Amino acid sequence: MNDLISLNHGSGGKLSRDLIEKVFAKKFSISEPLTDSAILINKGFTLAFTTDSYVVDPIFFPGGNIGKLAVCGTVNDLAVSGAVPKYLSASFIIEEGFPVNDLRTIAESMAAEALLAGVRIVTGDTKVVEKGKCDKLFITTSGIGLLDPDLEHISTAKRIKEGDKLIINGPIGNHAIAVLGAREKLNFNTPVVSDCASLNRLINNVLQQCNKIHFMRDVTRGGLATILNELSGMTRFGIMLNEDSIPVDEPVRGLCELLGFDPLYLANEGKILIAVGAGEETKVLNLLRSDPLGKESEIIGEIVPDKRSSVVLKTTIGGKRIVDLLSGQQLPRIC
Amino acid sequence: MCLSIPARIMSIDGSTAEVSAGGAIFKAGLQMIENARVGDYVLLHAGFAIQKIDEKEALKAIKLFEEIDEII
Amino acid sequence: MKYISEYRNEDLVKKLIALINKSVRRDYTFMEVCGGHTDAIRRFGIPSLLPENIKLISGPGCPICVTGRDFIDKAILYSRMHDAIICTFGDLVRVPGSSSSLEKEKAAGGDIMIVLSALEALEVARTNSKKKIIFLGIGFETTAPGTAVSIEIAQKDNIQNFFLLCAHKIMPPAMETLIKEGTKLDGFICPGHVATITGSDIFNFIAERHKLSCVVSGFEPTDILQSIFMLIQQVNQKKAEVEIQYSRAVTHKGNVIAQKHMSQVFETCDELWRGFGVISDSGLKLRRNYEKYDVEKIMPLNIKFEEEDSLCICGDILRGLKTPDECPLFSIECVPENPTGACMVSNEGACNTWYKYRQYE
Repeated sequence: MNDLISLNHGSGGKLSRDLIEKVFAKKFSISEPLTDSAILINKGFTLAFTTDSYVVDPIFFPGGNIGKLAVCGTVNDLAVSGAVPKYLSASFIIEEGFPVNDLRTIAESMAAEALLAGVRIVTGDTKVVEKGKCDKLFITTSGIGLLDPDLEHISTAKRIKEGDKLIINGPIGNHAIAVLGAREKLNFNTPVVSDCASLNRLINNVLQQCNKIHFMRDVTRGGLATILNELSGMTRFGIMLNEDSIPVDEPVRGLCELLGFDPLYLANEGKILIAVGAGEETKVLNLLRSDPLGKESEIIGEIVPDKRSSVVLKTTIGGKRIVDLLSGQQLPRIC
Repeated sequence: MCLSIPARIMSIDGSTAEVSAGGAIFKAGLQMIENARVGDYVLLHAGFAIQKIDEKEALKAIKLFEEIDEII
Repeated sequence: MKYISEYRNEDLVKKLIALINKSVRRDYTFMEVCGGHTDAIRRFGIPSLLPENIKLISGPGCPICVTGRDFIDKAILYSRMHDAIICTFGDLVRVPGSSSSLEKEKAAGGDIMIVLSALEALEVARTNSKKKIIFLGIGFETTAPGTAVSIEIAQKDNIQNFFLLCAHKIMPPAMETLIKEGTKLDGFICPGHVATITGSDIFNFIAERHKLSCVVSGFEPTDILQSIFMLIQQVNQKKAEVEIQYSRAVTHKGNVIAQKHMSQVFETCDELWRGFGVISDSGLKLRRNYEKYDVEKIMPLNIKFEEEDSLCICGDILRGLKTPDECPLFSIECVPENPTGACMVSNEGACNTWYKYRQYE
C-alpha cells in the first residue's frame, strides 16, 4: 500500500477495497465476505442504539487518540443507559494526504479498546475528501447494546429521590487539559493524561450488585456542571454539591487557576455520574474503588428539595453559589 | 488575561525559568526578579515572574489567622 | 497547593467571618478594582458568608472591560493585512468591536494567535521574519512591565518585525475619577498584583486627599476576608490609611526593577476608558526612542469611530453605580456566548462573573 491516502482510496475501486481490507477489516477481525450491513440475531432483548462523531484536535494526545475515543465514547453511551454494549460501526472521513501509518495506529487503538470493552466493530465506511475539506480525520461510531428493560430508568431518572447520593468515579477535567496541552498553540507542558476509557465493565459490576442505582450519565463535553443541571432539570429536585469532595488533580487545578477555567465545566472521557439511593452509597463506592477505573471515586453531593431546581455548590470555604448550566469556557474540538 | 499564581522555580536558564504550578510547567521571564534560585516561589503573570513570594511574610499571615481564636 | 490551599482553609474562614460579624457596627460599602478580586469573591461565594450590612461592589478592574471598542476595531483592521499576525491574550478575542470580533476574523481566515505572554509574541516574530507581528498590549501595571521587557529585548536583538498596539492603563487616575464623580464608598479593596509592581504607596492619595480607607489585598478567600476586616476596623476608628494585607507579595515601594523597565519604555498619556471617557494621564504609550515598535505610528490607520449606542450599561457597572442584574440586557440578550458589552466577555468582567457564579440567596 502507498504511504499516503489519496482520493483514489475513496473511489470504490480496488484501492478502496485494499484500504478497507488491509487497514480496517484485518484489525477489526471482520471476516469475508464483506457485505453492506451486518446481520446480528438476538432473541427477546431490547436494543440500545447510539451514535457519535469524533473530531478531536489534535488527533493524538496524551492518553489516547481519536480512534480510542471513538470506541470508548460510544461504548460508554450504551453502558450508562444500562445496556451491555455489543456491536459498533465505524465510519471514517479521511483528508487526502493523511499518512496511512497513522491510520494503522488509530485502527490498532480501536481494535485494542474494542477488545478491552468486549465489543465488536462489525461494519463501517470510509470516504476520502480533498485536502482542506476536513481536518485530517473524522470518525463516527454507532453502537448497539442489549438492554434489560428493568434498567430503563437509569437514563430517564424516573426513580430519583430526595436524599440520593451523587458519586463520580475519579478526578475531573483531565481529558480537556490533556488535549489543550497537546495543541502546540498554547505554550505549556503538562503531565496530565486523558482519562479516555471504556467504563462498561465497571458499570456492569455496579448494576449487577446494587439495586438502588437511580441514574447514570457519562460526563463528557460541558463537564460535570452540565450533567448535574440536566439531572436537576429532568427531576423536580435540586442538587447540593460539596466542592471539597470533588476530585481534581493538582496540575489540572494549577492550570485552571492560571487560565481561569472552572474544572466543573471541563470535558471528560472516562467519568460517570451515578445517583444511588441513600443507604447503598458506601457499597457502590467500594465497588467502584476496587476497580482501577474507579479507585478515586468520591461522593460529591446529594439530591435535595429545591423549588428552583438549582445546582448549588458549597465552596471550599463554606460559601454557597449556584453552578449554572452555562459553561465558563468553550474549548473547541475537545472530543 | 492570565491571572497570577504562585509557582515554584524548577530550573533556570539565563533569564528564563521553568516554573511549576501544581505540576503544570510554564516558562517565566526573570527580568523583573533579582537572585532567583531553584526552589523559590514566584508570582507568575503573563509569562513573567513578577515578584518572589516572601515566605516569612506568608508564614506570619497564617500564624495571625491562627491567633484569631484569642481575639474572638 | 502551596501558597494557595493554606489560604482557603474553611476553619480560618469561619474565624474571620466571626471576627467580621463581631466588628460590624453600621453599613459599609467597599469597592474592589481588580478582575481577580471580582472573580474570587463570587467564585468562593463570599457574599453568602458576609453579614448583610457589608456591600461589595466592582469597579473598573478588568482591563478587557475598559478597553475601548476602537481598540478592537483597530486590531481587526490590522489583522486583515495580508502579512500581519496578531498576537493577543485569549480573553480579547471575543470582545465585540463595532461590527466584528477577533474571534470572527479568525474564523474567516485572519491570522490571529492566542499567546500567554508578550515573550511568546516576540518568539513568533523571530520565527516569522517575513510577517509583521502585532502584539495587543492590554492590562494594567501588572502586565505592562512584561510588554516593556519584550520591547527592550526586541530593541537589543534588533527584531524589526515586532510591533505593539498599546492600550495599557494605570489604575490610580481611574480610581480618582470614580471618587470625584461621586461613587459612594467607604473604602477600597486595592488590587494586590498591581501593587506587587507599583508598591502600595501609589494609593496614598486616596487616603490622604479623599479620606477613604484602603487595604491592599491578596486573592485567596482568607486574604479577602482579612482585608474586609481591616477595612471595617479603619472605618470604625474613622481612620483613612493604606494598609498592606498581601504582605507576602506587596511592599510600600513595590518591584523597583519592574517599574524601571516600565518607565524606560513607556510614558503616560490620556486614554479612553470604556464607560468613563478619556481620563488624563491614565494610559501608557511608547517613548520616542521606541516609537518604531508603535504600530499606529509605523502603519497608521484611517478610520472613524462612532459612539456606542445601546442599552448596555457597562459604563455604570464599571463605576460601581449599577450591578449587572440591573442591566436590561443581562442574561437575556447579553450572555457569555453572545456578549453585547465587554463586562460579559472577560472572565474577570463583573457581568461574566455574576452570570457564572450566581450567588445562592
